[in-house]
Amino acid sequence: MKLTGAQIICEGLVKEGVEVIFGFPGGAILPLYDTLLQYPRLRHILVRHEQGAAHAADGYARATGKVGVCMATSGPGATNLVTGIANAHLDSSPVVAITGQVARPFIGKDAFQEVDISGITLPITKHNYLVLDVGSLAGIVKEAFYLARTGRPGPILIDVPRDVFIDQAEFNYPTKLDLPGYKPTLQGHVAQIKKAAKVINEAQRPLIIAGRGVIMSGAYEELKQLAETAQIPVITTLLGIGCFPESHILSFGMLGMHGMAYANMAVEAADVIIAIGMRFDDRATGKVSEFAPHASIIHIDIDPAEIGKNVPVAVPIVGDVKLVLNALNKLIISTERIDWFQQLEDWRKEHPSTVIRECEGLLPQLVIRKICEVTQGEAIIVTGVGQNQMWAAQHYCYDKPNSLISSGGLGTMGFELPAAMGAKVGCPDTTVWCVAGDGGFQMTIQELATVVQEKVAVKIAIINNGYLGMIRQWQELFYGRRYVASPLSGPDFVKIAEAYGIPGLRVRRNTEIVPAIEQAMKEKGPFLIDFIVEPEENVYPMVTPGAALTEVLEGPKETKAVSDSAKLPVSNI
Amino acid sequence: MTAKHTLVALVEDKPGVLTRMASLFRRRGFNIESIVVGRSEQPHLSRMTIVISGSTAMLEQLRKQLDKIINVVKVFDITADDTVARELALIKVGATSSSRSEIIQIVDIFRANIVDVASDSVTVEVTGDEEKIDSLCNLLRGFGIKEMTRTGRIAMTRGSLGRPPAGKQSSKAQGKRQKT
Ligand SMILES: Cc1ncc(C[n+]2csc(CCOP(=O)(O)OP(=O)(O)O)c2C)c(N)n1
Ligand SMILES: [Mg+2]
Repeated sequence: MKLTGAQIICEGLVKEGVEVIFGFPGGAILPLYDTLLQYPRLRHILVRHEQGAAHAADGYARATGKVGVCMATSGPGATNLVTGIANAHLDSSPVVAITGQVARPFIGKDAFQEVDISGITLPITKHNYLVLDVGSLAGIVKEAFYLARTGRPGPILIDVPRDVFIDQAEFNYPTKLDLPGYKPTLQGHVAQIKKAAKVINEAQRPLIIAGRGVIMSGAYEELKQLAETAQIPVITTLLGIGCFPESHILSFGMLGMHGMAYANMAVEAADVIIAIGMRFDDRATGKVSEFAPHASIIHIDIDPAEIGKNVPVAVPIVGDVKLVLNALNKLIISTERIDWFQQLEDWRKEHPSTVIRECEGLLPQLVIRKICEVTQGEAIIVTGVGQNQMWAAQHYCYDKPNSLISSGGLGTMGFELPAAMGAKVGCPDTTVWCVAGDGGFQMTIQELATVVQEKVAVKIAIINNGYLGMIRQWQELFYGRRYVASPLSGPDFVKIAEAYGIPGLRVRRNTEIVPAIEQAMKEKGPFLIDFIVEPEENVYPMVTPGAALTEVLEGPKETKAVSDSAKLPVSNI
Repeated sequence: MTAKHTLVALVEDKPGVLTRMASLFRRRGFNIESIVVGRSEQPHLSRMTIVISGSTAMLEQLRKQLDKIINVVKVFDITADDTVARELALIKVGATSSSRSEIIQIVDIFRANIVDVASDSVTVEVTGDEEKIDSLCNLLRGFGIKEMTRTGRIAMTRGSLGRPPAGKQSSKAQGKRQKT
């Protein structure tokens, strides 16, 4: 039977198991919207700005592990997706974006709402398509989903001219793919794995640095087995948080610019580093020439191009993390490393890194701790970018994969609300907290309307410091306290929420934190809390930008701590 | 340590492949000396010869990044191989009745051809490696080169192997073999 291009896309989406599409209509994509009526199982969520659609698809993908889908019309609709696509690209998030394009006869004529979106997104997609023939559409949809979720996942864009939506073709969803240039290596090379095992078995001070690749390949058990068998301490990247339980005795937090001082010290001291599903981003390594000066590095990653890109690697292993660890674990000898472990424990005591000082005013760190306490560490936390992000990473105890969703590679302010919405749509039975900055929140605040229209029960905590806080912190520390363009006013967020139809509270005192969070949790639908926090609180520890990981600012020491040194498992708080 | 390298890429014959590669060279800061694209012996596959100078580490990155492009089927570095490399040039040289015979002599020595003769110029076609073409150009420069176009290098490994030798294949294949 012949189907229209629009029907072919919908059939493909159904075949790929898509349940929800985040999108916004326009002229060029109207034929597809019209066809959605025939496919009630494809839920469409109307966002208020296409950037929100891309972030929501990304948040959905990260929370569920499935491919997130967004769509937009040609021209401005498509360009509004760009930030979200770039964000998904840098964090390897599987997203399929479908855009309408002007009809084929108009392409290249600077027609109304024409932009070359496949050209624009070429460097920020894993792959993209401009569909010039309805006959190729079914194959393209299939390929797009396959490419998005396999190998190193990433965003795929399909640009479809208006008349291709309308053209008809025989519908056959291909069973085979024709991708001669795409064969990700999954099994690690046996000799390399043997070599890695030997290095690990002989190591005195081995350290695992685990990244988001562990989460994406579903290798939590394998990672845990490796760490426990060989008694190797585990630290994670920002995006790796949750790939290893933070309450585990071998967990030593996050490394990098705002990582735990003891985690960074461990990197400095290690003789072997096992880097798993991570890519040595400069925010994680600090000054790269001084990174891990004493270590031989074993690097396991599915993307061969990441190996040796930023740091020299002694034992490269290209492959799927889960499969590689499975093979590796068989060769690992159970070892005790009491001295090394004790050394790290001592550093943790000497440089506690997540102490919360005593303070009259409301401390953002305490807000995060209390959210952790009330949600018993079971929530998905979706953050903005800046100080709020780092506090959320440092002070919540993440024990489960995908429990922290954050814009790492691109650092996109405005990610928080739409991504939280996407996460909640994907995981309706899990509590989702959006930890927002007062700056970032104002970048995508319009999605509050989507949250209400679609009844998405996200809980929102605005860390309201009246500043572009992270910018102010840099200005304080490195620009002689000249606060240029960082003081920031905002609307009355509680009133704004109310205007959108969302109940909310303002919290100014420490004693009010827990009751407010509890009330938010009791509320069935969305809820917003405006936490008016200490305006000039800084994020510590902090590695000076461009410096080695050992050059850590640990912040003022004068005050006594309210809470105990390390971030503790929920039950111990 | 920078040196000239020759990479060969087999790519799917699909729209936009060249743009994808060019975009990659630009955004990752690779400086390409020449790139030649044409058909290969396999239908639907084009063959590119890329000449680039840079360190071994940089070349390794380029090879892997190229390999990540979905439409790139295979990339191999044939720099260290025994290869046949050729470039074609068309050179239009100013020629008067008195200088013409001298030009013809030079052209003969280089086993080049004269492919067009006009009252005030001759056009020379020459094939060979870069040095040969460079030296011919140097000799002809004295007569006045009015116009020139060079194709850039195409290259192939010598011997009976129809395909590049195994050890030089792309990282996709190498992932399995892991020689890195
Ligand atoms: C879209 C975008 N623009 C600019 C920046 C640079 N930037 C990084 S953090 C930051 C401040 C964020 O302020 P806010 O959202 O209030 O969070 P806070 O740091 O105060 O917690 C800025 C401007 C960015 N990351 N993203
Ligand atoms: Mg702020």
